[in-house]
Amino acid sequence: MNEAPNLVYIKELADGSKDFEQKLIAIITREFAEEKNEFFENYNGKLYLKTAENVHKIKHKIGMLGFEKGYQTAVDFEEGLKENDPSLYSKFILILESIEHFLKTL
Amino acid sequence: MNCIIIDDEETARVIIQQLCSQVDKLNVVQDFPNAIQAIKFLNKEEVDLIFLDIHMPDFTGFDFIDTLKNPPKIILTTSDKDFALEAFEYDCIIDYLVKPITLPRFIKAIQKAESTPAVSPSAASVEQATATSSAEENELYINIDRRLIKINIPTINLIEAKGDYVLIKTEKQNYTVHSTLKKVEEKLPDDLFLKVHRSYIINIKKIIDIEDNSVLIAKDVIPVSRSNRPELMKRLNML
Repeated sequence: MNEAPNLVYIKELADGSKDFEQKLIAIITREFAEEKNEFFENYNGKLYLKTAENVHKIKHKIGMLGFEKGYQTAVDFEEGLKENDPSLYSKFILILESIEHFLKTL
Repeated sequence: MNCIIIDDEETARVIIQQLCSQVDKLNVVQDFPNAIQAIKFLNKEEVDLIFLDIHMPDFTGFDFIDTLKNPPKIILTTSDKDFALEAFEYDCIIDYLVKPITLPRFIKAIQKAESTPAVSPSAASVEQATATSSAEENELYINIDRRLIKINIPTINLIEAKGDYVLIKTEKQNYTVHSTLKKVEEKLPDDLFLKVHRSYIINIKKIIDIEDNSVLIAKDVIPVSRSNRPELMKRLNML
């Protein structure tokens, strides 16, 4: 995976407000951890429809953090899960790991 | 314009609030993590515009719109592009924003909202829905948005209690009605339906499989209370 997360969207949205930037990053970090845990729980239980819902939510954060190819991977993974096809799991995990690492550096 | 935001994701709510703060004419009255809370609010207050997430657990954005008697202008916010066609079926939906939402695209949606005439003279209010039935004819009528909608009882998969509302899931469509599980239960034939949990009534004919303390109906896994399990097992035609 060649893409790396960035804060371009969040900074544009913050329009110079450091307070807003910090507030949003804190919410994203908290929600991402919750959504990721739920994702693994459902995936490991082979509850693919519920997993697709988790991917759907995480997808927004993937887009916000500047992933373009990664966003498409999430879209395809979500659709695959709805059809009982989890084959994009490994690719999706790389995106999650990248985001997790990035959020820790902020 | 007074507006509210409905989205189960806090990140999304905060982003839309921030976008609203960058447009002078918008005043965010309140935001809600689910549609039920928003419905309660709209029973008492009027708004001009709603930012509405489509994809929410249990009660979707479209379910929400279906409960509104006089819906105000609605801008859908979603991570799905696939719902655009369905959105065009609603006069109150004036735009469709795909997340992550940028400021220029947001402003364009607001301009569209300003130039679009109000959908109705008053803002949103919610129809108190009631159910009547004709058990002999296998029909159940539900009152949504001043329309009596007929449901063919055998096509009902399950009914789920959701606070002051019930969600009726049929083979083709879901309906949210202001009622109680008890009231709905009274309208359904005993031979077809069984309450398996304090929040669920199921159509026995729709069971796909049973595992421990749950049943699978269409794509829904429904919990079965320990106290209701014997009755359920009794009703099954088992080898």
